[in-house]
Amino acid sequence: MAEAWKEVIHKLDENRWEIRPDYKKGMRVPGQIYTSESMLAQIWEDQAFEQVVNVSFLPGIVGNSLAMPDIHFGYGFPIGGVAATRVKDGVVSPGGVGFDINCGVRLLRTNLSLEEVKPNLEKLVYAMYSNIPSGLGSEGKLRINEKDLEKVMTRGSAWAVEKGFGQADDLICTEECGCLKGADPDKVSQRAKKRGLPQIGTLGSGNHFLEIQAVDQIYNQDIARAMGILETGQILVLIHTGSRGLGYQVCDDYIRILGEATNRYGISIPDRQLACAPVQSPEGQDYLAAMACAANYAWTNRQCITHWVRESFIKALGKGPREIGLEQIYDIAHNIAKIERHIVEGKTETLCVHRKGATRAFPAGHPDLPAIYRNIGQPVLIPGDMGRYSYIATGTDIAMRETFGSTCHGAGRTQSRTAAKKGLRGSDIAYKLGMRGILVKCDSLGSLAEEASEAYKDVAEVVEVTQKAGISRKVARAVPLGVIKG
Amino acid sequence: MKSFEIIDTTADIGIRAFGADLSEVFANAALGMFSIITDTIKIEARLEKRICVTAPDKEALLVAWLNELLFLFETEKWLFNRFEITQLTGLKIKARCFGEKADRSRNELKREIKSATYHRLKVEKQPEGGYIGEVILDI
Repeated sequence: MAEAWKEVIHKLDENRWEIRPDYKKGMRVPGQIYTSESMLAQIWEDQAFEQVVNVSFLPGIVGNSLAMPDIHFGYGFPIGGVAATRVKDGVVSPGGVGFDINCGVRLLRTNLSLEEVKPNLEKLVYAMYSNIPSGLGSEGKLRINEKDLEKVMTRGSAWAVEKGFGQADDLICTEECGCLKGADPDKVSQRAKKRGLPQIGTLGSGNHFLEIQAVDQIYNQDIARAMGILETGQILVLIHTGSRGLGYQVCDDYIRILGEATNRYGISIPDRQLACAPVQSPEGQDYLAAMACAANYAWTNRQCITHWVRESFIKALGKGPREIGLEQIYDIAHNIAKIERHIVEGKTETLCVHRKGATRAFPAGHPDLPAIYRNIGQPVLIPGDMGRYSYIATGTDIAMRETFGSTCHGAGRTQSRTAAKKGLRGSDIAYKLGMRGILVKCDSLGSLAEEASEAYKDVAEVVEVTQKAGISRKVARAVPLGVIKG
Repeated sequence: MKSFEIIDTTADIGIRAFGADLSEVFANAALGMFSIITDTIKIEARLEKRICVTAPDKEALLVAWLNELLFLFETEKWLFNRFEITQLTGLKIKARCFGEKADRSRNELKREIKSATYHRLKVEKQPEGGYIGEVILDI
């Protein structure tokens, strides 16, 4: 029984595993999972591989239905799923993006060292906790009206920078410069707007967090230097959040709309959560226009939080912004669908690349990268769980060839939230982390227990697979010092 | 008989609701969902909110019903612990929901739910009698 997966999942090499298209009637392409053999049992057990199979049913899918090594059970698509469909005759599926549209991470670097920050850590964490709204149903201190919200949805981060939240350089170092084109607020329901209005500039809850980190390993000095990471002990700040209630509602609205369209276009799918419509259809185009609104909302959200992180450092440390630094290394989405050009069977095709719990990983030389990263490749940010470490990597040519320029997005869960909670108490976890010098501040101790290290795969193992497979390359690693959980 | 139980998945959480008829299943699913958000015993059912939701079939109706309640929680802070279903066809549900607006000093909010999903969604008659509803929530 333990080896049952061997009948279904075939080894291509140490890090690539295939599910052949004859496994299930209706599969249009093979499934391909990037993983090590030791992580496969888990993927089998939680049925995530069946979701890789289901995704391969989508009309117009090209290459493989892909899964990154942090794959775990999702709904519709697995988390860690990547699928590219032809724009001319393929479909777009809101389930391939997920509820938290443009959930993503942003990394800031400081000029500060571990020695400078350590004595003030408590003050810093407290300043950030009180300055940045977090927690369940958290509402922002930013009061915006409906007109502002329209600008947020159409202009993204640039709106925030113009309002004084951040600097122009932040935009350059954000995927899509913090604004996905084609956003149309008329395609976003009133309900979504109502949910989004009070929540702009909030961290939210669940797995969202703010983390003060210290660099502890540098694997490639030259590339690290190009990102402004100069030495171990350098302090970084990582922000992980998304589009809040606005994104959830857009996803819900369009799964409903596309669910009806799926039938109308005569598309057969094995799971209702994979509801989809042709990319070129009115329904598909409307979804992409609404999704872009939510994506821009998420970038604005991270932009506002960035500004408050900077404010908090200035306040807590009593130093000037130049001395502190806090310049942006990069900001990437890990739940999004993008229209991109890729080579498929020797021909350049325009594709709709769904990344659900996966990160874009474009190589050096790609025209979409900002000039400062053109020679090194796109920075890839891979947060681990709060007790371990996070990685910084870069995109590669192999990713471009094999995974539509994608790699993993994090550690991936191995334990359900209730199982994680059963064995552990939030207060014990805070204490244990405290003993190791990691300070945690959170809104709910229960949600802390759910996010314990034990509930996640070791991100090192995940990153090792991407490294060996060559779909991203390690640059540096950072360990947490102070964590704010929503 | 149990009114609902929690289904465990790796990343998310689900509800399996039971009932002698569909109305009971829908009411119990809603109670199950609020039990994930907060301690439902501590909700004081002082206020009433009337809800009407439609959907193309009974499965989609379960999702739409739960998402409507989530929407009311998120935008108006409603917490409910009692549901009186006044009308339920395969396509439409009308209900009187009893509860209060969340008071953070009394109602501990445990977990954010992003949405009810269509994944592994089930509303069925059971062979031994009664009905069952299953829904996975994205959290």
